[in-house]
Amino acid sequence: MSKIIRKENLAENTKLFDIEAKLIAEKCLPGQFVILRLDETGERIPLTVADFDRNRGVITIVVQEVGKTTFQLGEMKIGDSLLDFIGPLGNPSEIEKFGKVICVGGGVGIAPIYPIARALKEKGNKITSIIGARSKNLLFWEEKMRNVSDELIVTTDDGSYGRKAVVTVPLKEILDSEKIERVVAIGPPAMMKFVAKTTLPYKVKTIVSLNSIMVDGTGMCGACRCKIGEETRFACVDGPEFDAHLVDFDLLMSRQKMYLDEEKKALKRFKGSINYGEKENTHA
Amino acid sequence: MEKKKTPMPEQEPFERIKNFNEVALGYDEEDAVKEAGRCLACKKPSCVKGCPVEIDIPGFISFIKERKFDEAISKIKEKNSLPAICGRVCPQETQCEELCVLGKKDEPVAIGRLERFVADWERKKGMKTPQKVVPTGKKIAVIGSGPAGLTCAADLAKLGYSVTIFESLHKTGGVLMYGIPEFRMPKAIVETEINYIQQLGVEIRTDMVVGKSIGVDELLQDFDAVFIGTGAGLPMFMHIPGENLNGVYSANEFLTRVNLMKAYRFPEYDTPVRVGKRVAVVGAGNVAMDSARTALRLGAEESLIVYRRSEKEMPARKEEVEHAKEEGVRFMLLTNPVKIFGDEYGFVKKMECIQMKLGEPDESGRRRPVPVKGSEFTVDVDTVIVAIGQNPNPLVPKTMKGLEVGKHGNIIADEDGRTSIKGVFAGGDIATGAATVISAMGMGKKAATTIDKYVMEKK
Repeated sequence: MSKIIRKENLAENTKLFDIEAKLIAEKCLPGQFVILRLDETGERIPLTVADFDRNRGVITIVVQEVGKTTFQLGEMKIGDSLLDFIGPLGNPSEIEKFGKVICVGGGVGIAPIYPIARALKEKGNKITSIIGARSKNLLFWEEKMRNVSDELIVTTDDGSYGRKAVVTVPLKEILDSEKIERVVAIGPPAMMKFVAKTTLPYKVKTIVSLNSIMVDGTGMCGACRCKIGEETRFACVDGPEFDAHLVDFDLLMSRQKMYLDEEKKALKRFKGSINYGEKENTHA
Repeated sequence: MEKKKTPMPEQEPFERIKNFNEVALGYDEEDAVKEAGRCLACKKPSCVKGCPVEIDIPGFISFIKERKFDEAISKIKEKNSLPAICGRVCPQETQCEELCVLGKKDEPVAIGRLERFVADWERKKGMKTPQKVVPTGKKIAVIGSGPAGLTCAADLAKLGYSVTIFESLHKTGGVLMYGIPEFRMPKAIVETEINYIQQLGVEIRTDMVVGKSIGVDELLQDFDAVFIGTGAGLPMFMHIPGENLNGVYSANEFLTRVNLMKAYRFPEYDTPVRVGKRVAVVGAGNVAMDSARTALRLGAEESLIVYRRSEKEMPARKEEVEHAKEEGVRFMLLTNPVKIFGDEYGFVKKMECIQMKLGEPDESGRRRPVPVKGSEFTVDVDTVIVAIGQNPNPLVPKTMKGLEVGKHGNIIADEDGRTSIKGVFAGGDIATGAATVISAMGMGKKAATTIDKYVMEKK
C-alpha cells in the first residue's frame, strides 16, 4: 500500500499526486516509470515519473484523466492508498553533457520532461524548453520548467496563452538558427512523431519516451512491443526512451487503440457508478 | 484387480467451455481408497525414482488404503510443500506413473489423482499449522515466487532459516498465478498452498522487482544467501510480418490478462482482453492448449491450434490435448504461419500459412518440419496467440555483474544450484529454460539443501 500525501489540481483533468514510496524514490532516475494498481479489481497502468524526492521518500506522478483508472485515481484523496505501486521500471534517460539541448513537453508530457530537463541542466547543458498544450487550461509547471531552463517557450494551439503555435514551429526556428546537440520530447504520440519529422533533416539526435499499453512492465507480456528501425523492442525493458528517428509512430498509435471500445465501456460504467460527469435526464 | 485407473469425474465438455471452473473434479473418498488398493506397495518402488522431489509414494498410498488421510498428507508434505498443485499439473505419465510396475501390463496407479485427493481433503478440513522449528538465525532471500522459489523457501524455512521472497508482480505464485488457467489450477488452491508456506514463517514481499526496486548486490549484504527463481518469462515471437498488429498476443500476455488480471470478468475487473470469433494459437505445448481452451471460454466460436509438426511431436501433455479436443479445439497440424494480415484499422484479419512435411530428425530428435513449396493458404482469424515458448527472464541476470549466463539467457547453475557467484544460487526455468512446474520444484529443493550446506559451512 502506498499513501497519497499530497494532491494538487494542475490543469483541466490533470492532477498531481505525491506518493509515499521510499524504496522507489531511493532508486528512481529521470525517465523511469512506475506501474500502479488502485484496488483488487484494478488494472496495472504505467506512468512516467514526474519527480522524486529521495530525502522524503516521495514519488510525484501527474495524471491526466482519460480512462476509468485515471478518473478513479482523480477521485482519491490525501491519506488514501494505492494498492500497488511498483518501480522504478525501464531505463533512465541518458544524462550527459551534450551542449545545447531542447526539451519539448506536450500536454501531460510536460511532467516527465521536467526531471529530465533538470538533470540535463545540472550536468551543464544549455537547455531550451518548449512546453505546449491545446489550450491555456491544459498548461502547467511553467515556473518549474523556467527554473531548469536557460530559455522557455510556451505555446498553445489556440493562442489562449503564450505563442499560438504547435511546439514544432519554435523547434524548427531554433534548429534553423543554431547548432543543437540533442532534442528530448515527451507528449502525445502525434506530437512526438512530428518532432521527429522536424529534427530529422537537421540530423539532431532526438529522444522520445513511448507510452505503450503495458501489463506487467517487466518484459513478460510483450503488450508494449514497438518497432524501432527493423527490430521489435519492448518499451518496458528496452525503453521507454528510444531514438525518435527509428520509432514507428503509426504502429504505436495503432496499438494504443487496441482497447478503445473496452476503455469507453469501463469509463461509462465507472461514471455511472459514481453518478459523475454527464448529467443525463436532467432538464435544468 | 482393476486393469484401469479409477476414472476421475470431470465437467462435461459442453458445460465446461461456458465456465472457468475446474475441469477435473477429483476423487471422492471411495474412489481414492479403491484406487489406492491397486498399489502393490513394492518393496523397492520404482515410482519414487521418477519423482523429482522423491515423495514416498507407496508410503502415502498405503495410508489412503487405511483411510488415514491425515497421515497420508503428512507423508507427502515431508517432501513436497505444494501437493494440491503437483497433483494437478505434474506430468505424472512421464515421471512416477511411467515407472509404476502395473503400467507394464495395465494402467499404472493414478498417483497424481491420489496426491490431489489427499491435498484437497486436507484443505477442505482445514490445514494443520506446521510445527515451529528452532531458528538458525540465518537469512535467505528468494527471488521469484513461482514453483522453484516457493519450494526452496519452504524447505529452508523447515530447516529454521528466516526466508524472504521477493516477487515482482502484485500476487504470489508466479506461473501458477499468471500462466496456468483457473480451470486447470484454481487460484484459491494456489493461495491456500502459499498460506501454508507463510505459516512456515516465510515472508513474502510483492511488488518488488529485483534488479530495479532492489539489487541482488544489496540482497547479498542483508542475507546469507540468495536464490534466483525468476522463471522463463520472456515471450518468444515468430518474427513474421504482421506480428505487431492488434489482436496478436503472446500467450504470456493473453494468459496474464485472463488469469492474473481476471479479464474474463471484465468490466467488473478493469483489465480487458480481446477474443474474436476465430482464434489461432500457434504452438502445441501446454501453454498453447491453455490458450486455445481459454479462448473458447471467452466466447470464441472457433479455436485453432496451428502447429508445424505432427500430433506425435506435440510437446503438450496427452491429457491436455485430449481435453482440448473434447472441448472442440481444432488442430491444424503440419502448418506454419508465414504472414499475418490486418484490416484498415490495424486489427488482425487473416493469416497466411504454409504446409509442412517432416524431414530428417533434428537436434531435439524430432523430425524437422520443412515447408512444402507452393502450398501457401490463408485462414480467416481475428486473434492470433503466439505460444511457441518463453526464454529465461533477463531482468535479474542483466543487472548482475559476473553472473555467468548461457546463450539463451539462462543462468548457468550446476545440478546443486550453484551459480558463478558465491552465495548466489539458481533453479527452475531461469536455469533450465522453460520446463515443468515439478522440475522447477525439484531444483528449488536441491538448491535449498545446497544453500543449507553453504551457510552452515560459512559459519
